[in-house]
Amino acid sequence: MKLQAALDALPYLLGAAETTLWISLFGMALGQVLGAAVCLCRLSRLGVLTRFGALYVSFYRGVPLLVQLLLVYYFLPFVGIDVPPLVAAIGSLGLASGAYVCEIFRGALNAVPKGQVEAALALGFADIPIWWRILLPQMLRISLPALVNELILLLKASSLVSVVGVTELTRASHSWAATTFRPLEIYLTAAAIYLAMNLCLALFGALAERRLAQA
Amino acid sequence: MDFSLYLRYGPALASGFGVTLLCWFGGAALGLAVGFVVALLRRVPLPPLNWLTRAYIELVRGTPFLVQLFVLYDGGPAIGLRLDATTSGILALGVYGSAYFAEIFRAGFTAVPPGQVEAAASLGMAPWTIMGRIRIPVMLVAIVPALTNMLIILSKETVVLSIITVPELMYQMQTMAAETFAAFETILAMALLYWVMVEMVARLGRLVEHRVTAFMTGPA
Repeated sequence: MKLQAALDALPYLLGAAETTLWISLFGMALGQVLGAAVCLCRLSRLGVLTRFGALYVSFYRGVPLLVQLLLVYYFLPFVGIDVPPLVAAIGSLGLASGAYVCEIFRGALNAVPKGQVEAALALGFADIPIWWRILLPQMLRISLPALVNELILLLKASSLVSVVGVTELTRASHSWAATTFRPLEIYLTAAAIYLAMNLCLALFGALAERRLAQA
Repeated sequence: MDFSLYLRYGPALASGFGVTLLCWFGGAALGLAVGFVVALLRRVPLPPLNWLTRAYIELVRGTPFLVQLFVLYDGGPAIGLRLDATTSGILALGVYGSAYFAEIFRAGFTAVPPGQVEAAASLGMAPWTIMGRIRIPVMLVAIVPALTNMLIILSKETVVLSIITVPELMYQMQTMAAETFAAFETILAMALLYWVMVEMVARLGRLVEHRVTAFMTGPA
């Protein structure tokens, strides 16, 4: 073990970690939007939409992410679409994340006591105020721990996007390890960076949770 | 697409499927065993031991599986740990699973109603007997859904082993894709196959769950 090897790699790895962070954040943002949309599909009274929502969740949770990434990677050229690797990576992560986020939202909505909605209806609340003032605020509070957990999982999953040609932290450490022949030091450094990012996310989540609990 | 290709690659795909199952079962068994021991160690009221087990869990859960795999397979030889790809894969899956299983077991232990343990103690049961006849059975029932979920996650992680050249199903499929230039169709077949497999395991898990809950809540 040589500490110097890890220190030499550090600036390069931190630069790549930034890419990892951006991919994860954009992936998560996309996942939130898709998750909310699919959740609405699953809750709708239209049979077709409900079916679609269930199928979406089942597919994206049932197929390994690596296979999903390769599917996108090979599918887009197959139908003649050319997108930059970064977009393909963020899109794949967002699509997969959407399935998990959908289930988190659905669970959180179910956890809001039915009596509250009935009470609001009895008081003459319209649909939109019921969503805006009763369901959504509580859904957010209930789903926050699970969402932070999902964000951490997504950050870790981003280590796989190197297969579609994006140089993020894992890919960067792989190539650096291959040129310096110091794999152990480099990978442990990469692991430490991932760990630090995840601990920050967990801390941020705990803070946000406390804030929402007070509100 | 030409379906005779699958026939020609049949033996390779079958052996790949075998390796996938081997890695899955091997990794899961190892993960369950180590996870159970870690969960038991967390119950020992000894602060240094608690820090150690918590650090282990945080470390494993906070880093990507692929990086752990690289540390073990590429980094291992630097400290004299020379393993072939499949052994590394099973070992890495076991370590990865153990951290999650440990937390599941821990949650399961807290789900055991204290009254049952107190009742057993007041009946004169030894701590060892209480563990074996009350804590563990009740815990196992409580954690069936979480265990199924984690087993499914592990089955999906086996795909990542293809990156360090473990000859499992994904690796064989990718070889086939590269040799036949039918990349998209092959990966699509892989995705559908996994989808069916995971759905089947999930159904099986729900079945076990129903059985176990019926057993526990049924007429005594």
